[in-house]
Amino acid sequence: MSVRQFAAAAAVAATFGFAVSPAHAVTEIQWWHAMTGGNNDIVNKLAEDFNASQSDYKVVATFKGSYPDTMNAGIAAFRAGNAPHIIQVFEVGTATMMSAKGAIKPVYELMKDAGEPFDAKAYLPAITGYYSTSKGDMLSFPFNSSSMVMWINKDELKKAGIAEIPKTWPEVFEAAKKLKAAGHDTCGFSNAWATWAHVEQFSAWHNVPIGTKANGLDGFDTVLEFNSPLHVKHLQNLIDLQKDKTYDYSGRGNQSESRFGSGECAIFLTSSGYYATAKSTAKFDFTSAPMPYYPDVQNAPQNSIIGGASLWVMGGKTADEYKGVAKFFSFLSDTNRQAKLHQESGYLPITKAAYEKTKADGFYDKNPTLQTPLKELTNKEPTENSRGLRFGNMVQMRDIWAEEIEAALAGKKSAKDALDAAVARGNAMLRTFEKTAK
Amino acid sequence: MEKSVVFNGRLLPYLLLAPQLTITLIFFYWPASQAIRQSFLREDAFGLNSEFVGLENYQALFAQPEYYTAIGTTAVFSSLVTVLSLGVALLFATQADKNLKGGSVYKTLMIWPYAVAPAIAGVLWFFIFHPTLGTLARPLRLMGFDWNPMLNGTHALILVVMAAVWKQVAYNFLFFLAGLQAIPKSVIEAGAIDGAGPLRRFWTIIFPLLSPTTFFLLVVNIVYVFFETFGIIDAVTSGGPAGSTTTMVYKVFADGRLGGDLGSSAAQSVVLMVIVIALTAIQFRYVERKVQY
Repeated sequence: MSVRQFAAAAAVAATFGFAVSPAHAVTEIQWWHAMTGGNNDIVNKLAEDFNASQSDYKVVATFKGSYPDTMNAGIAAFRAGNAPHIIQVFEVGTATMMSAKGAIKPVYELMKDAGEPFDAKAYLPAITGYYSTSKGDMLSFPFNSSSMVMWINKDELKKAGIAEIPKTWPEVFEAAKKLKAAGHDTCGFSNAWATWAHVEQFSAWHNVPIGTKANGLDGFDTVLEFNSPLHVKHLQNLIDLQKDKTYDYSGRGNQSESRFGSGECAIFLTSSGYYATAKSTAKFDFTSAPMPYYPDVQNAPQNSIIGGASLWVMGGKTADEYKGVAKFFSFLSDTNRQAKLHQESGYLPITKAAYEKTKADGFYDKNPTLQTPLKELTNKEPTENSRGLRFGNMVQMRDIWAEEIEAALAGKKSAKDALDAAVARGNAMLRTFEKTAK
Repeated sequence: MEKSVVFNGRLLPYLLLAPQLTITLIFFYWPASQAIRQSFLREDAFGLNSEFVGLENYQALFAQPEYYTAIGTTAVFSSLVTVLSLGVALLFATQADKNLKGGSVYKTLMIWPYAVAPAIAGVLWFFIFHPTLGTLARPLRLMGFDWNPMLNGTHALILVVMAAVWKQVAYNFLFFLAGLQAIPKSVIEAGAIDGAGPLRRFWTIIFPLLSPTTFFLLVVNIVYVFFETFGIIDAVTSGGPAGSTTTMVYKVFADGRLGGDLGSSAAQSVVLMVIVIALTAIQFRYVERKVQY
């Protein structure tokens, strides 16, 4: 926690602790989250507005560090018997939360028990698919969702003589070669979140499975299968291009996003949530475009899958507390509030109504980059392969997959061997997880 | 007649030992016993289901080729960090021990890195040597050296070794400096009068007199590299690329905290604990004989 975040948290705590002197008992709702910077302010403002809107409940928002930190803090608190009511968990933690029966309270159940009006169909299916059972029961409440897009430095593309933004992978490779020839000799194109880009989103976008059982959504006895000829071909292309840095690897997380902002990489795949940072750092004309695809793959592109986080409700709380949580979720779902949240934070709107409203207001005409992820997510009706993914131990599994991809890019393994190993090691982890998650 | 102090009665010695024993029990034996217990269980992250699986966690662990890679990496990493951090600190301490103008300023500056949290130190080094953004990596690349810790395992290992050494040098420096200042100046002067040069004075007088400090630091440093470096590794390389900086302790952290696989993580920490206990025992049995108190 930085000093500023701490100060902000302290200020919020002070505001709620002293300024409000309730005439009657107020039920406190603890909300642990991982939002930093501008998004931290938004979270605090949401809690503040909710508290001002009624007098029975008080939401206390607490920053708990990074996504894994917040999740671990929640798990540790649960083990110690004092879990918060709401905890923000990133998408890769979904399977872990879901398998923890008794530790969590499913959102559809929460809303029903509390008698709050709730229609799962009001939310964007591309988002809720990730957080719902195969029967369509929503388990967690979508909060901040993003997707992966291709960020384009328009100035540099023009300088390199590339007239049109590339749409397919072969076009991206060509453009990268031109960029390299035009002086970008350390990076033709690159990406953050290596496995998200080249395994998870890549598979969904081409409508090929990452694993069986609808990528794990239909059960934990899933087997990975992202070592298909298409995956091998794609990784082989990257290996070939890595040799002279036409493609240059940028690590597993998003620490290297600044390679785009600094102008070093003119084509860069990363989260649509990079918008705010790009806006404040890039000194050139930029835009976002849909992720590239292989044109020889039938029906590609399909639709992309989401990243970001959702809110999980922890189990074992009183009915009154759950009522407060349900009211807070209704408050968050409000169309105007969601539309505003989307436009301010750059995260996706979670309800259809908020999306329609933003569109009707003409917001996307002025900010087309914010619509790219939505167009990707809703490009086609999601299939078994593009609804989402839910694998146990996903946080660590991503590291294992990345390890193998790194070995391939460093020339230590062939594309096929690396993907076979990634699949085999991942499957071993899935079997361990399956045994613990009964 | 012997005049040593002898306590009569049984109670008092136990009472005097009690505080130390209580602390050891609570902060070492209890967690250690928990780790051993956990290593025989298979449990989900929330602790909702747990099941006794006997030695299954250990079997699975030793069936992983990655675990042997991690053991190898640990051997290289720990010897490099221990030797370098002790060597560099000793060099700095002998230099700072000279009569220097503003010597106390140097000494203070030397100690500062110890106050930096390992993760912060890691981030610092990450940014200095980030292949394209790093302030020092850029000149390296401009000179035509393809510095790339993101894909080159050797470069990544060099980077985490430097970060871990940098973090530990300050601590070693502090002890070496104190040790040096405790050596009577007269002994060194006598050596000088007898015609011994600075190097000979160092190896025949100063270094042997420093041996208790060196031995203590050796033990402390080995414990440091084995148990406390995961924060640095996490921040700098996350164990990558391709597992080339995954040491045993980082694997404990990654499998347990990031992966939620507490059984395997516990089994690994038990293995790690056994190794460090063995190493410490060897040190006390064989190396300590060479120490002159």
